Amino acid sequence: MTAPISLSGISHDFGDFRALDDIDLEIEAGEYIVLLGPSGCGKTTLLSVLGGFVTPSEGTVLIGGRDMTGVAPAKRPTTTMFQDYALFPHMSLRDNVGFGPRMAGASKAARNAKADELLDLVGLKEAAKKRPYALSGGQRQRVALARSLAVDPDVLLLDEPLGALDLSLRRAMQDELKQIQRKIGTTFVHVTHDQEEAMAIADRIVVMNGGRIEDCGPPDRVYRQPGSLFAAGFMGEMNRIPGTRKGPMIETAVGPLPAPDGTPTGALTLCLRPEQIGIGKGGWDMGQARITDAAFFGTHFRCHLAPEAAPDLALIAHLPPNARPEVGSVVTLTADPADLSIFEAKT
Amino acid sequence: MRRAIPWVYMALAYAFIFLPVVTLVLFSFQDGRLPVPPFNGPTLKWYADVLGDTRLMSALLNSLLVGAGSAALSCALGFLAAYGLARHVLPGTLFLRGLLIAPMTVSYLIIGLGLLIVFNNYGPGPSLWAAGVGHVVINLPLAFAIIYASMGAQQENAERAARDLGASEARVLALVTIPMLAPAILAAFFLCLTLSWDEFIIAFLMTRFDVTLPVEIWSLLRSGLSPRTNAIGSLVFLVSVALVIGLELFIFGRKRR
Repeated sequence: MTAPISLSGISHDFGDFRALDDIDLEIEAGEYIVLLGPSGCGKTTLLSVLGGFVTPSEGTVLIGGRDMTGVAPAKRPTTTMFQDYALFPHMSLRDNVGFGPRMAGASKAARNAKADELLDLVGLKEAAKKRPYALSGGQRQRVALARSLAVDPDVLLLDEPLGALDLSLRRAMQDELKQIQRKIGTTFVHVTHDQEEAMAIADRIVVMNGGRIEDCGPPDRVYRQPGSLFAAGFMGEMNRIPGTRKGPMIETAVGPLPAPDGTPTGALTLCLRPEQIGIGKGGWDMGQARITDAAFFGTHFRCHLAPEAAPDLALIAHLPPNARPEVGSVVTLTADPADLSIFEAKT
Repeated sequence: MRRAIPWVYMALAYAFIFLPVVTLVLFSFQDGRLPVPPFNGPTLKWYADVLGDTRLMSALLNSLLVGAGSAALSCALGFLAAYGLARHVLPGTLFLRGLLIAPMTVSYLIIGLGLLIVFNNYGPGPSLWAAGVGHVVINLPLAFAIIYASMGAQQENAERAARDLGASEARVLALVTIPMLAPAILAAFFLCLTLSWDEFIIAFLMTRFDVTLPVEIWSLLRSGLSPRTNAIGSLVFLVSVALVIGLELFIFGRKRR
């Protein structure tokens, strides 16, 4: 059971506050989409619009090709997995999972069979008779997932589903969520503010800010070639190098480079990830820089660098872990111009 | 020596609280005509006398009926009010809530007088029904306050999830809201039952021929002290204690698990 989603021109106002501003988004059937952004960016409101808890001020929601804009949550082919799981504390796990089928009029035998099947899917078959209070956070999360899937939704909406779990459990549950999604093929729309979680789990990431979509694409593309300055900063640590376009070249404090096609004129911000800066010979010679600090992170040394040409422009680079960089020594920095993301500078 | 002081204090405090009750129960076993010292030795004849008294037994039954009926009605109305005020935004919610709880601050005597005037002039006059209505008036604010206080985000989220899974409003109430609030509703019920069971002023003003147990005891007291009244008092006390212990075991005890 799966369905595509098409959002067009969605806007929503809470009083004077514009929570969603002209959102257009196409989601394919069976895709795992992550809505990513800081709190207040509109991601949860967008999820509520999909689930039917909020009717947008403007725009239409198509699920499986049918207009669902004003349809109540219960009548939609969607289910929501809530942030606090919202399990029924007075029911056994089997009754919790079988609640949806029970509301649909399934017989006791049929809904118990369905519940057992889904509890098996999430690895809790043995605990079917337990009550939610007897479970750990991760187990409750699995029960909530099983309960949401028991009604065979076309689209599953997950509202910060891993927010209440500790870090190691969260990483483990990410893999499990993705595995289950692959197995059943349902369209998943998942809201989070954790960019690592988004990258680990998503087919496509939708980066949101201020009620708008800043960027939308596969994790590697959004991370390496972000579509906006905001997306660049939100997806992880970023070096921002100011520059100015002058004819065919871009002038920066750490040296000039040829302007790629389509570079805007005027003041620019050039973005480079710390791991995209290297030492030695490379495409773009960024000149010499002094290492002011270095810390070992296992996979790399994280170094603070002060370029000789512009000591105030503090850069961060991830250098290979096999040679300890000497603090105070001078190295030659290089980068591949293809790795650069170039944006108009914010004024 | 100094370590003994807290214990002595505690013993005195408990004695202060329980001495009257212990005296009452002790002299209900008095073999003699007066429930005063000296204690002449144990007998159960007053209990036999009380349990064989049809007037007392019918008063006891009346008390149970009025108590259970008024407690059930108070809880039903209190739950509906709490659910409505907790789940819907109304203009002046705070004021409405205050208005519901306000009767708790008014003395029973004043409420009883008001009820008496209303029932004599506009209603069917004093009866057990009138006493029951009076007890709903005094217990409804309490039931509302207890149930409203235990309505939280947890229930609201569970209700939302149930609706999302296709439950109608009636089934959300029956399968999610009420079972989740059952401890609070039962606690309110037993508290209302206990208060109605002990209540005298309103019952005295609102009943005429069929009376509740406290009113019957009062009319017995007018003819002087007797170990008989001690026996009734002990029985009433026993029922109250049983209610409280039941409440503790089945409701609060279960919640703590």
